[in-house]
Amino acid sequence: MQVVSPIREHLVTGGKTLHDITEDISRHVEGNPTKEWKMVFGISLAVLAYGGYWAYQTWFHGLGNWGLNKTVGWAWDITNFVWWVGIGHAGTLISAILLLFRQKWRTSINRAAEAMTIFAVLCAGTFIFFHMGRPWLAYWALPLPNTFGSLWINFNSPLVWDVFAISTYLSVSLLFWYIGLIPDLATIRDRATGLRKTIYGALAMGWTGGARAWARYEDVSLILAGLSTPLVLSVHTIVSMDFATSVIPGWHTTIFPPYFVAGAIFSGFAMVQNLMLIVRVVYKLEDYITIEHISLMNKIITVTGSIVGVAYITEFFIAAYSGVQYESYAFVNRATGPLWWSYLAMMTCNVLSPQIFWFKKMRESIVVSFVIAVVVNIGMWFERFVIIVTSLHRDYLPSSWTYFTPRMGDIGDYLFTFGFFFVCFLLFAKFLPVINMAEVKSVLKSSSEKKSNK
Amino acid sequence: MENTTKRYWKGIEEYRNDIEVVKNADSEFNLEDIEGGTHRRDFLKMLGFGVAAVSLAACDAPVRKTIPYLKKPESVEPGIPNYFASTYAQGGDYASILVKTVEGRPIKIEGNKLSKVTRGGMSARVHASVLSLYDNDKLRGPQKGEAEISWEDLDKEVMGGLSSASNVRILSSSIVSPTAKKVVADFSAKYPSTKHVSYDVSSVSGMIEANATSFGKAIVPSYDFSKAKVIVGVNCDFLGNWLSSIQHSAQWAEGRKLVSGKDGKQTMSRHYQFETGMTITGSAADYRDMIKPSEEGAFLVALYNKLTGNAIGNSSISSKILDKCVADLKGASGASLVVSGSNDAAIQTVVNGINSFLGNYGNTISLAKSNNTRQGIDADVAALASELKSGSVDALIILDANPVFNLPNGSEWADLIGKVKTSVSFASRVDETAAVCKYVAPAPHFLESWGDASPYTGSYSLQQPTISLIFNTRQAESSLLTWAGLDGDYHKYLKANWKNNILSGKSWVSALHDGVLETSETLSTENITFSANLGAAAASIASKKASGLEVSVFEAIGMGDGSQANNPWLLELPDPITKVTWENTLNISQKTANEQGLEKGDWAKLTVGNYSIELPVLIQPGQAHQTVSVAKGFGRTAAGKCGNVGANPIPFTNGVNWTSNAAIEKTKSGYTLAQTQTHETVMGRKAVVQESVLSEYVKNNKAGRFEPMIETSEGPVKPYSISLWDGHEKKNHSWGMVIDLNTCTGCSSCLISCQAENNVSVVGKKEVARAREMHWIRIDRYYSTDADTTYKINPSHIRKMEDASENPEVVFQPMMCQHCNNAPCETVCPVLATTHSSEGLNQMTYNRCVGTRYCANNCPYKVRRFNWWKYYENEQFDFHMNNELGRMVLNPEVTVRSRGVIEKCSMCVQRIQSGKLVAKKEKRRPVDGEIETACSQSCPTGAITFGDMMDPNSKISKALETEKEGRAFHVLEEINVQPQVSYLTKIRNKDLGDAKASLHHEESHKTEAHAEEEQHG
Repeated sequence: MQVVSPIREHLVTGGKTLHDITEDISRHVEGNPTKEWKMVFGISLAVLAYGGYWAYQTWFHGLGNWGLNKTVGWAWDITNFVWWVGIGHAGTLISAILLLFRQKWRTSINRAAEAMTIFAVLCAGTFIFFHMGRPWLAYWALPLPNTFGSLWINFNSPLVWDVFAISTYLSVSLLFWYIGLIPDLATIRDRATGLRKTIYGALAMGWTGGARAWARYEDVSLILAGLSTPLVLSVHTIVSMDFATSVIPGWHTTIFPPYFVAGAIFSGFAMVQNLMLIVRVVYKLEDYITIEHISLMNKIITVTGSIVGVAYITEFFIAAYSGVQYESYAFVNRATGPLWWSYLAMMTCNVLSPQIFWFKKMRESIVVSFVIAVVVNIGMWFERFVIIVTSLHRDYLPSSWTYFTPRMGDIGDYLFTFGFFFVCFLLFAKFLPVINMAEVKSVLKSSSEKKSNK
Repeated sequence: MENTTKRYWKGIEEYRNDIEVVKNADSEFNLEDIEGGTHRRDFLKMLGFGVAAVSLAACDAPVRKTIPYLKKPESVEPGIPNYFASTYAQGGDYASILVKTVEGRPIKIEGNKLSKVTRGGMSARVHASVLSLYDNDKLRGPQKGEAEISWEDLDKEVMGGLSSASNVRILSSSIVSPTAKKVVADFSAKYPSTKHVSYDVSSVSGMIEANATSFGKAIVPSYDFSKAKVIVGVNCDFLGNWLSSIQHSAQWAEGRKLVSGKDGKQTMSRHYQFETGMTITGSAADYRDMIKPSEEGAFLVALYNKLTGNAIGNSSISSKILDKCVADLKGASGASLVVSGSNDAAIQTVVNGINSFLGNYGNTISLAKSNNTRQGIDADVAALASELKSGSVDALIILDANPVFNLPNGSEWADLIGKVKTSVSFASRVDETAAVCKYVAPAPHFLESWGDASPYTGSYSLQQPTISLIFNTRQAESSLLTWAGLDGDYHKYLKANWKNNILSGKSWVSALHDGVLETSETLSTENITFSANLGAAAASIASKKASGLEVSVFEAIGMGDGSQANNPWLLELPDPITKVTWENTLNISQKTANEQGLEKGDWAKLTVGNYSIELPVLIQPGQAHQTVSVAKGFGRTAAGKCGNVGANPIPFTNGVNWTSNAAIEKTKSGYTLAQTQTHETVMGRKAVVQESVLSEYVKNNKAGRFEPMIETSEGPVKPYSISLWDGHEKKNHSWGMVIDLNTCTGCSSCLISCQAENNVSVVGKKEVARAREMHWIRIDRYYSTDADTTYKINPSHIRKMEDASENPEVVFQPMMCQHCNNAPCETVCPVLATTHSSEGLNQMTYNRCVGTRYCANNCPYKVRRFNWWKYYENEQFDFHMNNELGRMVLNPEVTVRSRGVIEKCSMCVQRIQSGKLVAKKEKRRPVDGEIETACSQSCPTGAITFGDMMDPNSKISKALETEKEGRAFHVLEEINVQPQVSYLTKIRNKDLGDAKASLHHEESHKTEAHAEEEQHG
């Protein structure tokens, strides 16, 4: 039997040469910032400053600035935390799992995706500190030797698992990202002069570009990919256990680990999609980030979106099937209670909207892709909000049932992380190569469009 | 080199091995002489230490000075509290109390168990009064107008005014103190034109009048609810506010207690309540119906007619419950009690007629002992007003009263008092009345004063100061004595009066120690027969017509008559029924709301005649249609910093507590009431509230119990038989509680007691509206619903379960930390800030808490409270914890929690610890009852039993032993958290067919029992 694989679309179009790649990418690092960049950076700084004011309020005056109450002890804080961690999943998935599966199309997007991961995880980390009543004692959650007698950390607590999971994930991602950057930093170093040469030289850590260096680079990448693959699954599994190990109806659910991981990939890809589409336009990288890339990303979004859709329905089925009054009420309340609109937003944005990508035309439309990616991230934010708030606000004793209304502190602190994220991402986009030149070059021969003979 | 034998010496000293050389062997250059002893390394060390020390010192908490006693008072032992017996008698309330003082400051009020009147029971207002002592808004000294004046000058001027006065009047609230009455008499002897007029904010003048016409005795009788098998209350909140409610609660509870098992007491009194607004008494009743305030009289006439068969007048009122009530009353002659809260003499006459027909006098009602807490006669006050109007009164002394605020024609009084030549108020602050008086001679708080009380004939109690005067104040009695030209030492006067007139040879010291004294004194009841003209009374009732919307003015559990309006504890006390804090509301039924176009969140203007008030609307289940209930005590304008809230409905009333022909008009909408509970029903959750009716209970002690089963491979088992956890080993004690839902009236005494004991923060109206109140114990209040309470997965069915009945049955469920043995909070805390003790307590380590709130989220009972802000020394929370004086009330044994930490009920661990220490010093185990939590101790009905469940002889162990196969249950048993707190089922003495929630409950329990077993797989 003979299998004929379909002819793949080219991963790099426009008949680029190796030198073209270097030129196209390094240009942005070497040139002056563009007007668009300055504008967006200015806006981001303003958002960061405004958010910073609320961060100050939260840290110096207390969590009263939020809309939380005696019954709803977590709302936007943990919603945002989980949301950012979820977004942070795409980077590692793209660089690690797709590397292991030898998916060449990842090469154009992995750099930005990894950078996004790191900034997103940092944003998530911010909420770990934000949500604490006494954040200056956050180090108590670390297993440090101390003189507090028998008081140490509680290994039963999912929050402790979280601390380990997130910090491991952040360090591995950072390492992976940085090692991937080294050959490109060396390229820039080699083209630069003066102070820039010194700085990029130091950052490139003496990369020689020799065969031995490349061999080691490949090995380390593979090892790190191997290390971070389980992390992709573990981080969000552990985050989901914050809820799954509790006794609260709507949280106490065994489906959470796979459901959260799928959701994380879903939102992460949507965020990558958003960022890449912007970079693509701003930096004119249409030849590297092709319609094929966009289309592939959209397919993953549709698949993962459908997975979470199935999970939502499964939850309902199990809640009804369990025969537990509290459990089934939690889900009836989700869909029909006072916060029904958040449930509706989640369902529409996450499950229905990505189905549009069944149409090829839609899948390959840049505008539609962008809009749906934004919608998906809104939906995923609502998913966490629905899980956290609608489960808490009406749990066991009806006497304690309340409602949740956000206050400026909630909004301000969320904006703070947005500001932080975009400031970081823009600095990254300006000072570091947004596309992994070395790896794109490696796929150039096999998967690029040949220069047309004019 | 190693073989070299050559040695070089620095000098002859080294060669000789001088002791100096050996000493300095390690310092090569011996720089000490040259550089003065500071070396480079030392310098660096010092610098490093210095920087570290300075920066550490900079981070340190600000220095607070504690000043030790120069000469320690004999009785004061730092850290060991002293208790003094005293008396609370204010605003018509009476309680014999013990005052806990630490280092000379009172911090807590507890019930005096030696008292035969209150038997150690307390109310929220009594508990909260200790905070009123430290009210920062009180006057620092006497005032003339707005200027300060010295006591000498004030005395001179007032005495001048009094001696030149042709008519002196003293206006006071009821004086319960026999010695104070004597002071007034002595004062009157000096100024013979003096007349003393007293009035009560919640007046029972009509009853006194009725008793005068019915029995020739112008008194308030004493009631015994414990002897009554059938109790009928008509607009009479006898468990909450009417007369001696602490005492009534205890008596009522006696008839309501049930004991499971073969030999247990399984009979209950039957309680009917007919009322306008929902009260805690109505909530506690077996049968409750709604009547308009204008129907009170007609209702009682109908009751009389049906009961006796003699029609004294026409009455169109009839109800199914009335017939049942009549039948029950007929069967309980001499063991029943009909009470009415009306202030209308005609209505009270009919009540007297009913009670005397039933033969209750001498059994459940005693005319031999009068209740002295209310003596005011409304007609006297009206007479005084007309005297003032005529200008014949030159001097007016206001003693413990605030007529401008709490008389219906208050604004008129303000003008009248302003015109009096010499007017003196003894108010502790420039209140509404003091503001129009010429002089304010501030009297100290009762905890700073000497005094006594005689709440009943033959019952006496003493009041002693527990702290030296905080401000430059003087007792009103001392002032009156001084102005009468007598010795102003009231202590001496009081002691002399007791020796001469009350003690009859008994020891003053032991009376002072016990705080109470019972004498055999009684009023004569010979030849007392009921002799009132009932026909005339019925005619008078029939002559009073009402139309349109009726307004009923009632006393709220927290605010009372409003004299403690500036007390943040009482302001933040959720009303047991409405759960509203910090203000009063217009309570209307859903039907009336629909008719008037009002809904939740609206504000409305209520107008009768030319007076109107604007308040938020509250839809109240159980409110009579076409009526509006408004709590009095609110609407103060000069109470102090936080007390001027709500609106004053007293001007609506005139003599009686209601008026008609009101108009209500919506003014704004979208308002969120500061309610601590917003959901009304229990949503058919059988594992939360378990209840039944007496007839079922007698058949099966487990009636109403919900016993979930878990399906396993070995068949269904009880939830506690499967666990992931090993449990906790308890070696010595296992502290627990049993809470009897049957006798909990919702009075909220426990709540304030807990707040005082545990330094629970006050957060203010805005924060309560954001559902952030800090109370460690709350009273969950559930209304029954007309919907089928069988749970079905059907949104519209569930939606219907959320609506309370028009006239619901009410259950109160005190809820605090359940101290679970498999505590969900403990497993999730990342830093082990909440852990389990070896004595069954779930303990919270505040200074370990980092504030993730995971524990609060994971608490199935939602009893954990988070410090969203810093609630002390913070201008945003300008209550008692923001001023030095107010902070004096804090219990030094309990940490004041900082911002960012979780707190919750500790089962008063500080009391457990100190109780254990006392026992340990005496080399014994703590005796049952020796350790009491703040809540269990203050419950007037004894609904909360605290104790050691490992002690087989403790009250709690015995209760659990008998109720194990009876009424005892754990809330949410199926989640297997194994609480240390058990509840006893609520049993109503109702016929099965009449039961609302319980009926559905029973039915669903039966039909679902099987399904439930299957479902719990």
